[in-house]
Amino acid sequence: MNRALRLLPVILVIWIVGTFAWRLIEPNDPTIRSQLVNRSIPPFQLAAAIPGAAGLKSADLATGKPRLLNLFASWCVPCVGEAPILAELHRRGVEIDGIAIRDTPGGLNAFLQRYGNPYSRIGSDPTSRAQLALGSAGVPETFVIDGKGVMRLQHVGPIYESDIPIILDALEKAR
Amino acid sequence: MIAEAGLTALWLAAALSLLGLCLSVVHVRGRLEADGTVRALAIAQGLLCLFAFAMLLLVFARTDLSVALVAENSHSAKPFIYKVAGAWGNHEGSMLLWVTVLGLSGAALAALSHRLPSRTLIAALGAQAALALGFHAFLLFASNPFARLNPPAPEGRGLNPLLQDPGLAFHPPTLYLGYVGLSVAFSLAVGAMLAGEVDRQLARAMRPWVLGAWIFLTLGITAGSYWAYYELGWGGWWFWDPVENASLMPWLAATALLHSVAVLAARNALKAWTMMLAVIAFSMSMVGTFLVRSGILTSVHSFAVDPLRGSFILGLLAIYVTAAFLLFAVRARTLREGAPFELVSRETGIVANNLLLTVILGVVFIGTLYPLAVEAMSGEKLSVGAPYFNAVAGPLAIVLGILLSVGPLLSWRKEGRPVFKKLALPALFAATALAIAVLAIPGASLLAKCGLALAAGLIPAAVLPLIGRNPLRTPFATWGMAIAHLGMAVSVAGMAADAAFTTEKLTAARPGETVDVGPWTVEFAGVTPAVGANWTAVQAELRATRGSGVHVLKPQTRFFTDPPTETNEAAIDTMLSGQLYTVVGRSDSQGRWQLRLWWKPLVTLIWLGGVLIGFGGLLALAGHARRALRKWMAQ
Repeated sequence: MNRALRLLPVILVIWIVGTFAWRLIEPNDPTIRSQLVNRSIPPFQLAAAIPGAAGLKSADLATGKPRLLNLFASWCVPCVGEAPILAELHRRGVEIDGIAIRDTPGGLNAFLQRYGNPYSRIGSDPTSRAQLALGSAGVPETFVIDGKGVMRLQHVGPIYESDIPIILDALEKAR
Repeated sequence: MIAEAGLTALWLAAALSLLGLCLSVVHVRGRLEADGTVRALAIAQGLLCLFAFAMLLLVFARTDLSVALVAENSHSAKPFIYKVAGAWGNHEGSMLLWVTVLGLSGAALAALSHRLPSRTLIAALGAQAALALGFHAFLLFASNPFARLNPPAPEGRGLNPLLQDPGLAFHPPTLYLGYVGLSVAFSLAVGAMLAGEVDRQLARAMRPWVLGAWIFLTLGITAGSYWAYYELGWGGWWFWDPVENASLMPWLAATALLHSVAVLAARNALKAWTMMLAVIAFSMSMVGTFLVRSGILTSVHSFAVDPLRGSFILGLLAIYVTAAFLLFAVRARTLREGAPFELVSRETGIVANNLLLTVILGVVFIGTLYPLAVEAMSGEKLSVGAPYFNAVAGPLAIVLGILLSVGPLLSWRKEGRPVFKKLALPALFAATALAIAVLAIPGASLLAKCGLALAAGLIPAAVLPLIGRNPLRTPFATWGMAIAHLGMAVSVAGMAADAAFTTEKLTAARPGETVDVGPWTVEFAGVTPAVGANWTAVQAELRATRGSGVHVLKPQTRFFTDPPTETNEAAIDTMLSGQLYTVVGRSDSQGRWQLRLWWKPLVTLIWLGGVLIGFGGLLALAGHARRALRKWMAQ
């Protein structure tokens, strides 16, 4: 056996230990990203979440102008924290559509009355079917959709004030 | 006081292992005759570890809530057996168990080995002491099991309900005996390479250790697989979970080592390769311990996610494995290969066995670590699952199985007899089974069909080495080999049958409705509440019939209070022909209950085979023990 071959196990061990060490230093990010970023959103058609208001279908999102799609629920506490930020974005002229996940008209009405309603349309997704199709793993979650109905950005978790420039930038780029 | 006594014993044991290490270095360099002292130190160190572990059992048995570990993992209302088993159902306690087994292995090596050259044995005890020292440091500095809690907790937090199962009482200790038993093979290999005495005598000394560790690993894996099968309620027996792989990898290495050490003992050949395997086998044990303890791979077993602990074990692993491989690189040249052999001989069979096992080990290793490596290099996330492992390891295992039918029939050095004639009958069985499988079950995968054919051929082939021998005069080792190989065949039969014939039904049913699964008609009679010592449950009653006779099954969904957790308790009816496996889930708003039903023909053979393999190993070990006893009596 020649020398290089005999040292091969040592080299392998060092490489493997290096990989392990990297993972220990760089802890795993458990966020599950949607596979649809930069791809067309899947077709869906959702009934109105509040009787009398407009429902939401995927074609409504491809209007030639970038918009936000916000997945939320009246039972979701972080969504309450996010509401003023959405209101601020709406005030700056951003168009926002919502999908209410596993919600009831009563709960939703109370939520919108208390925290404001920045949504153009709200679709109801009582079984999370559209949510799963979009590749979302929880609420709140927000997508930037461009004018052609292509998903440009996925924002997991509530939008904080510090995220506003990122969202606006993504909307600008999607134009 | 009990906890302090345990902690003191641990510190003392650490000090003794340091002393033992230093003395063994002095002895091996020939400066001082310290043979007896090093042995005595190793024995004392092992006993101190055992004492510390006994103290831990005691604080758990008494639910001493002033000990932090007890407060976090136990509860006064828990059944007594789980209070005791809770001692190793957590990170610190299980590491103490690990160290205790390591210490006791060193002690047993010191007490029982009389035939090895003094330099080899003392160098091996030194290596064992070095291992113990590192893991003692880990216990004392990074995971002290005896840390106090001031003020004491009013009540404990309880043990994870998934672990409140009789299997838990045995599964970790069994696996640890296997994992850590391999440390002796590692230390003996290191000692022999240091002393330059790699020969048949070393192989004979190493063999019972490898065999013992391998038996425990086999039984531990078998028990763990059955635990996952009935406790998780997913109906599968192997999930290629990183931690399952972590136990499989040392087993594969130990299986290869078990065969190559036999060649070294009988023929004085494969020296360098055997030393390499001994190092790899224990390295795989340490990798397994690291994977479980650091939690860097997501798994049902990762209950300790702590970067400091992970780094500590990783450091130890890097030091020991690198040192051993460096020693190998330096000394491998001096290991002259022994007796030559012909192409058709038992040696060739074992070399092929070793190559295949090593390749399968590599396949499992790569599959387990590939996601990690890819993410480290490119940042991309992916997961490797059953499709890869089955597709790559499966065919290799089939080839290994075919080889298994031939190898034991060959004689050492050179085979002159027409042995292949003997295999005509098994080959006929296999071909018939394959033909039937292809014609009768077109839906099954190719691998499952090949598995069925292999099992049909292998079951008769495994017992061929016993044919024509006087059963009473046949050595235990030969019996052991034949039974272990038969166990392998039986296990393969179970796996292939499970893959080919299982039928599954997932449905929602109202009380009074019936569901068909396979040949069974299952009536859902209704649900009733049930209660246990620390849980309440919803219990379904299912009446299964197949022609005549009624089997009643009562699967439960259990709600544990401390900590609040919900588990599915599958109800399994075991028959000769297979198992009916039932799980009840939640109810929906319309009064229907989720039911999952499986009919798994012959699935029990998987674990029966595992037990047979272990039993075969035990027989072989008994053969070694008998020979050692006779020699001792003769003296």
